[in-house]
Amino acid sequence: MVIEHIDAQIPGAITDRHAFRGDQTIVVARANFMAVVELLHREGFQLLVDITAVDWLEREPRFDVVYHWLNLASQERLRLKVPVADGEAVPTLAGIFKTANWFEREVFDLFGIPFEGHPDLRRLITWDDFPGHALRKDFPLDGGDPFCMEGCTAPYNNGERG
Amino acid sequence: MANGADMTMESIAMTRQQLDGDKMIVNMGPSHPTTHGTLRIVLELEGETITKATPEIGYLHRGVEKLGESLSYQQFIPLTDRLNYCSAIMNNVGYAGAVEKLLGIQIPKRAQQIRVLMSELSRVADHIVCVGVNAVDIGAFTAFLYLFKQRETVYDLFEMAAGQRLHTSFTRIGGVFRDLPEGFVPLAERFLVECEAAIDELERLLTKNPIWHGRTKGIGVISAEEAVNWGYTGPCLRAAGVPQDLRKAQPYLGYETYDFDIPVGTTGDVFDRYLVRVEEMRQSLRIIRQVLDRLEPGPVMVDDPKVALPSKEKVYTRMESLIHHFKLIMHGMEMPVGEVYSATEAANGELGFYLVSDGGKNPYRIRVRPPCLPIFSSFEDQVKGGLIADAVSVLGAMNIIAGELDR
Repeated sequence: MVIEHIDAQIPGAITDRHAFRGDQTIVVARANFMAVVELLHREGFQLLVDITAVDWLEREPRFDVVYHWLNLASQERLRLKVPVADGEAVPTLAGIFKTANWFEREVFDLFGIPFEGHPDLRRLITWDDFPGHALRKDFPLDGGDPFCMEGCTAPYNNGERG
Repeated sequence: MANGADMTMESIAMTRQQLDGDKMIVNMGPSHPTTHGTLRIVLELEGETITKATPEIGYLHRGVEKLGESLSYQQFIPLTDRLNYCSAIMNNVGYAGAVEKLLGIQIPKRAQQIRVLMSELSRVADHIVCVGVNAVDIGAFTAFLYLFKQRETVYDLFEMAAGQRLHTSFTRIGGVFRDLPEGFVPLAERFLVECEAAIDELERLLTKNPIWHGRTKGIGVISAEEAVNWGYTGPCLRAAGVPQDLRKAQPYLGYETYDFDIPVGTTGDVFDRYLVRVEEMRQSLRIIRQVLDRLEPGPVMVDDPKVALPSKEKVYTRMESLIHHFKLIMHGMEMPVGEVYSATEAANGELGFYLVSDGGKNPYRIRVRPPCLPIFSSFEDQVKGGLIADAVSVLGAMNIIAGELDR
């Protein structure tokens, strides 16, 4: 329903879509992202449930930033994905949805995806000088022992224990 | 703290202290009796008034999402216990539901009923912790004692069913670990009567208590629009006047067949959150009553050898079962490629699991959407301009569980 509205009002914004097990998913390019979000907000998708990301290490662009919305009136859910390359920034939603502030900080922390225009883009969960971004696929599961890495300038010790 | 320039303190508050001698910095936490878990709030005070509050989280970060990528779907269940450890079963149920959605399977009716029963029991236990401990923080100790006696009974019930009091790991993909043992239903029946009485007792102590009113009314007020904008879900959102409950709005596990009401507040303050939680406990007892009445015998696991482990008896006597057992343990379930988001109404709000599968044994990405993270992110907004004592009551009413906040 809302997907057709987006398609009609911003033609070409949706680059891909699928529905799997009843979950509606749309993929939107970074350039059209803000316009789509503003339209969604007007359409009643007021509750931004979640922001996260998925690291597709081999793929180009590398990351998907994944947003989940809920329309409280119609109880419709929508998943929106924005593909971004490593180091590429996504526009922040903190101006429209206050809840985006911490979710974006978390994604920045764990994936290293910057958010353009974020009022306070600091790490949320790990400490400020934590080496690397923990949820990237090339980050070692044991964390590369960051406590034994004094003087190490590499992002995380090349996966070896210090 | 004096050498604040060394590390990264300038981002928090230390240098501000040096700039402005009139303000006092108080560290609430990481280990403080009212934080209920390891979290830290740096409060900037002018007298007793809070001018700035900076929450610092992550002290309990265990990398649950990262670990999930190297564990099979079945193996992740014990990690879900440790998200919201006050209501572990609801996390088990939420996670199992997400994997079942990904698999596209339906679980047997009795398994659904048992899941509802256990979820509602743990909702009562969770609200008991929240309300009871909130009252203790504010200075009303007795209510806590009355309630915690009931919480013990809930944990006795969990122990009977799951063999564990706190970290239950009760669900399996496709059903529950085992059927309810003998003696479970009679104890649950007794609990219904005693808990109802304990809630009455609690209400007699608090609901019309002028001190309780003074400490909770008008504290942490939030409008419905603001609450939605902050991403509130669960009792905190309902206290602000939004009747959003996934059990009604997007029913799962057959919740649409049970008769219960959704309590809604008006102002969203700490007192309304308390009232909503108390009423939700009563409604949960109503649901438990209905489950006990309609509990019908039947299997508690799906009859699908590709999903459910065969019983040990069959593994030792039948070749086919042995093969299924081996395949499931060594290669895991056959997962479709795709992504699902599945949400359940946990005690704190919407607990979501976002699973991305590439068809392998382990999930490619597993994301836990914790209900208390968005709620806690509004903490500064809620306490700014208030007194330091109000910060304690707001924090308690938000029901922050550090295990799920930090994951």
